Amino acid sequence: MLRAFSHRHPFTALIIRRSVVGVVTLFVVSVLIFGATEVLPGNAAYAVLGHSASPAELHALERQLHLDRSVVDQYGAWVGGIFRGDLGRSLANGTSVWSFTEARLVNSMILVVLAGVIGSLLAVALGIAAAARKDTWLDDAMSGIALAVTALPEFVVAITLVILFSTVAFHVLPGVSVFAPGTYAWSGPRRLVLPVASLVLIIVPYIFRMTRAAMIEALESEYVELSELHGVSRVRVLLFYALPTSLPPIVQVVALTFLYLAGGIVIVENVFAYPGIGQGLVNAVNARDIPVIQFIVLVLAAFYIVVNIVADVTVLALTPRRRSRA
Amino acid sequence: MNPVVGLARRRGVGRTGRSQGVLWRAAKTSRGAFGLVLSGAIVVLAAVGPLVSPHSATAFVAQPFAHPDASNLLGGDILGRDVLSRVLNGGWVLLIMAFLATVVGVGVGAMAGIVAAYVRGVGDGAIMRTVDVILAFPQLVFALLLVSVVGAKLWLIVVAVGISHAPQVARVLRAAAMDVAERPFVKAMELNGVRARTIVWREMLPNLTTPVTVEFGLRLTYSIVVMAGLAFLGFGQAPPAPNWGYMISENRIGLVENPWAVVVPALLIALLTVGVNMFGDAVARVSMGAAGRKGELAVASTSIGAMEPPAFLSADGPHSLQPAARNDVPG
Repeated sequence: MLRAFSHRHPFTALIIRRSVVGVVTLFVVSVLIFGATEVLPGNAAYAVLGHSASPAELHALERQLHLDRSVVDQYGAWVGGIFRGDLGRSLANGTSVWSFTEARLVNSMILVVLAGVIGSLLAVALGIAAAARKDTWLDDAMSGIALAVTALPEFVVAITLVILFSTVAFHVLPGVSVFAPGTYAWSGPRRLVLPVASLVLIIVPYIFRMTRAAMIEALESEYVELSELHGVSRVRVLLFYALPTSLPPIVQVVALTFLYLAGGIVIVENVFAYPGIGQGLVNAVNARDIPVIQFIVLVLAAFYIVVNIVADVTVLALTPRRRSRA
Repeated sequence: MNPVVGLARRRGVGRTGRSQGVLWRAAKTSRGAFGLVLSGAIVVLAAVGPLVSPHSATAFVAQPFAHPDASNLLGGDILGRDVLSRVLNGGWVLLIMAFLATVVGVGVGAMAGIVAAYVRGVGDGAIMRTVDVILAFPQLVFALLLVSVVGAKLWLIVVAVGISHAPQVARVLRAAAMDVAERPFVKAMELNGVRARTIVWREMLPNLTTPVTVEFGLRLTYSIVVMAGLAFLGFGQAPPAPNWGYMISENRIGLVENPWAVVVPALLIALLTVGVNMFGDAVARVSMGAAGRKGELAVASTSIGAMEPPAFLSADGPHSLQPAARNDVPG
């Protein structure tokens, strides 16, 4: 079936093929999420209402959750609801899932985009600098720090920033990022600083190490040697000769970083009480708020799949050799 | 016994203790030695801690967030329990759980990857598509999803974290096993009618000890990170029990009164993960020593393996982070 596209431009063919695989994966993922949350011991209604529930209450909630229908019907109702924009109601507080998650989704996006963009630019700059000064004390120091920071858990990084900038050492920034329910995070930029800084610190080492490694490989190649012999300036060699060749692995690690951020926000948002979907997910897991869990996990999985496709297409666009090979 | 079985061993390509060699050589590099000593010290502290703890970890012996004094060297925590005693008692469960999760993850992942590489065809497809689906979840989110189903049971957290590792291990080991499966001694045994199970476990696995060891080191770091993160979020032992991860979140509001209740557990977790990661990195470097100029990129890629993308990106994608995975395009 997919072969039918191969006569087209390889670019179009790739996008179509990746999208089809992505949609299929998302479907399987949705079945898995639904299946996992449906095998709750007892049933969801019981889990929510607890021991003191009367049979009538249980029955009413079961009807509301469609638990009196078959599993396939329930799945159909859930997915159909998503397509109609009806995500159901939160079991914890009765509000609609969408009103619970809407502002949180936006807030998490702000966090991911800010941290991802700032972190990527910073890390690529540092990586180029380290590669240009390979095996000097500067490179050794940066590489050593990068290796150490890579291993640090998110909450250790975040809590260190809280200790340094909002409690023990200095008190210059808010240590929690509490916003009124339903408000967006840009209403308090100061409260964004520490969560974004934590995520930046966590992602920089990965991109830095990959940039450094890719740049070193490019700098050792013959064409760079030749261009240096031709008297091309060092800066020009770095930015216009070595960097373009190094871009595919860098783009890929940046994509991986965005994937990582989808999980990383869960911890960081909870450290700062930042009202995003990561905090929402943990609250929902604690409350066994199944409709909310299902939706947030589905959104994160969809984000994963989309970022992968975008990364894949970008890498192809940056690799002329592969682009021309149909 | 079929004479061909053991051929690999006698030729010296099989069980020659290469993984021990890799560990030993890694321990002799300065980075590896540093990592080993650092993580070893924390493991000893966590193991011996309960024996030398001055107070019970759950007894109320001080004022909440009391400053350090002679009887409470690190002061009191949120409920007035001795911080030092909670630190000394709060590591071993976390360590054992992280270790078990790594064993589960590397065990299941390696098994799936090697079998997929050997059987090829439909079985390979089925295993690797399962891997793709699990890889579509962030690791922590996958663990949270499983925890939301059954509740924060310790065994479930171990299994959940383990399973969240398995896909990445499976992909690395599948790529490595593809290579081994092509070697003449495997073909020779197949032609001699040796059973598939014998070939896979007795002949292929011993040739894959190095990638398994490298994976184990990497996964151990992330197991500790994810496990401590889950504990931090409250998905660990039930409340009165001490746990470094949870100590950080429960004592956070007293950061100004008694910072030690947060700083010490955070520092211990940091030293542990940094130490394990340095040793793991040394093992990866040593095992890739022969790769020469490709070394830098390969090592950087390996340590990024934990954030690896789903296979539909890289298995047949334009550029793979894992150099070894480039030739494993399913037929």
